[in-house]
Amino acid sequence: MFGDYSIGDLGSIFVMQGFAGLILFSVYVLMALGLAIIFGQMGVINMAHGEFMILGAYVTWMTSNLFQTYLPSLFSGYFFLAMILAFVASGALGMLVEWVLIRHLYKRPLDTLLATWGLSLMLQQAYRSVFGAREVGVELPQWMLGSLHVTDSIEVPINGVFVMCLTVLITIGVAYVMYKSRWGRQVRAVVQNRIMAGAVGINTEKVDRYTFGLGCGIAGVAGSAFTMIGSTGPTSGQLYIVDTFLVVVFGGAASLIGTIASAFSISQTQSTLEFFMSGSMAKVLTLLAVVGILMLRPQGLFALKVRK
Amino acid sequence: MSDEANKGLLSPLRRKLLMGMAAVPAITMLPRASFAQAPATSAVNTTGLAVTDTEVTVGILHSATGTMAISETGSIEAEKLAIEQINAMGGVLGRKIKFIQEDGASDWPTFAEKAKKLLVNDKVAAIMGCWTSASRKAVLPVMEQYNGMLYYPTFYEGLEQSKNVIYTGQEATQQILAGLNWIAKEKGAKSFFFIGSDYIWPRTSNKIARKHVENVLKGKVVGEEYYPLGNTQFNSVINKIKLTKPDVIFTDVVGGSNVAFYKQLKAAGIDLAKQPLLTISVTEDEIDGIGGENIAGAYACMKYFQSLDNPNNKTFVPAFKKLWGEKTVIGDVTQAAYLGPWLWKLTVEKAGSFDVDKIAAASPGVEFKGAPEGYVRIHENHHLWSKTRVGRAKLDGQFELIYETADLVEPDPFPKGYQ
Repeated sequence: MFGDYSIGDLGSIFVMQGFAGLILFSVYVLMALGLAIIFGQMGVINMAHGEFMILGAYVTWMTSNLFQTYLPSLFSGYFFLAMILAFVASGALGMLVEWVLIRHLYKRPLDTLLATWGLSLMLQQAYRSVFGAREVGVELPQWMLGSLHVTDSIEVPINGVFVMCLTVLITIGVAYVMYKSRWGRQVRAVVQNRIMAGAVGINTEKVDRYTFGLGCGIAGVAGSAFTMIGSTGPTSGQLYIVDTFLVVVFGGAASLIGTIASAFSISQTQSTLEFFMSGSMAKVLTLLAVVGILMLRPQGLFALKVRK
Repeated sequence: MSDEANKGLLSPLRRKLLMGMAAVPAITMLPRASFAQAPATSAVNTTGLAVTDTEVTVGILHSATGTMAISETGSIEAEKLAIEQINAMGGVLGRKIKFIQEDGASDWPTFAEKAKKLLVNDKVAAIMGCWTSASRKAVLPVMEQYNGMLYYPTFYEGLEQSKNVIYTGQEATQQILAGLNWIAKEKGAKSFFFIGSDYIWPRTSNKIARKHVENVLKGKVVGEEYYPLGNTQFNSVINKIKLTKPDVIFTDVVGGSNVAFYKQLKAAGIDLAKQPLLTISVTEDEIDGIGGENIAGAYACMKYFQSLDNPNNKTFVPAFKKLWGEKTVIGDVTQAAYLGPWLWKLTVEKAGSFDVDKIAAASPGVEFKGAPEGYVRIHENHHLWSKTRVGRAKLDGQFELIYETADLVEPDPFPKGYQ
């Protein structure tokens, strides 16, 4: 397939393909982070993860409409406010859900699967009733559209770069909170031994609620960012859920590094294969590879060593 | 939904509609029969359908919930509008149309079950419904077993024909061939890159398109790619497009993937004003989600655009907006769904009966001059003769009509040489 092209052409395509892989990597990390926190730290299988993301997307859409109507002069900066609002909205909903639903199910992890799946259906129908069944188009400020012109044949999508920067920032933030802050220490203590953590005076219920809220809030930010590259509709969240679980499970449930490593390997495999064969075949081969590796290493790439 | 609920819904609608319906184009061509004394029920209904001296019941069967609600909402709205307009003009054979709406819930077995319920329990005279090919395939055996009549609105891949179905959308050759001819001639296009979602409709459509490009237009297909439904990452395929530099990108990507595809195409610096792109899957409905700024300049091959400039459409669009809100847009399939109740009414009046066998027999040759797309006629094979049109997407989410075939295109669900 390379016969007809010049070296220059091929070179720039490889550069852009490299970027495509990196963008896919950032997208995977961003959507998996929230789930990794909830699934990894709490053992809750949150099937409604995609719907928390879409809540963030809808918040972004509403913010953009508000700015267009009332503050058109500040429109170019609305996205940053929208992401903060998305974090707050999804996080608040997450804490509410934890309080109403999830905390009653900690002893029955499989039931959380069913309960959160039901929750995802309810949220979808709620979005449909409130925002309408049709997809909404989120208008972006001019500077976020288009691409950076590096050379004549190399162009880097601006929204891709934006997602990459955002992913790096959020990952660093999460890593800091989980491994450096006092609260992160409490979370890890609760994960390792809930009873002992309670005995030394940690309010485990409160830790659970904030952990769940943080995971959902990050999902909201991811949803907000994905309005740049994907669709916003009542069922759009379903588009992400399978890939998200794939990344988290493959990485090893309780490990942040594992999630990042797994997102990296899956995205690179996927985007390289996509270039050489059709999209569907690439997906099949990627999934086969993941299944194969999980058969050899059921605990995922990186597993936390805990005494059972 | 129960009948009571429907009545509750209908009355405000009817009031609104009567206010907005100063002129209905079709009123001029209403057959005289419906003003005359309504014929006796025993004469027009020999098979026990839900027909009384004053009313006739039809079914509406679409997904109001689930993934497909995005697409099917427009069809439901169009069908309700048509029924209201027909009732405001005196109904069918002197009988008002009452409808029972069932929700297929984007689930194909549910479609089959609800179709059976409508035919067996409610004894509806006809069903306006289905959207995806999968739902139609699920409903088809039920329609044939219980001898119902389905008016199916979506453009689809063809390769089907049934006594019990009237296909008011285009089959694949009607939609694709004229568009390819036009772009080959207008843009001198020789090389094509196909990209579609991975299921039956894009694959069949692309097969037909490939044969046409290679055998008739003597061009070359430089790439043919399929992505799973719901895929949201297209950067790799966009790089391939950049590498192969096709004259035309030909797409049939559907659903949420559509939005991702056009956003990423734009972000990758592909300017649709310079790179011709022909799509057969984007209507005004889809642009709502994609955003006009992301797709402006692309060509779509359809049979109807909301912006069509003809007298029928000029009354249809305001009536639709009056009923469903100023912001709603009308896509190709929505218009095709609007044809369903009208074609059924005209066929019933031609046959002088509600009986399904008589309607199936009377359908070929039925013409609807009040169609928003212009003029349509039912073919022997139960598909419609209709024109193929090419529009260019504008920033405001509407299409500008660029080209239309001079004559109606004959429907050909089993195209020879294309299979």
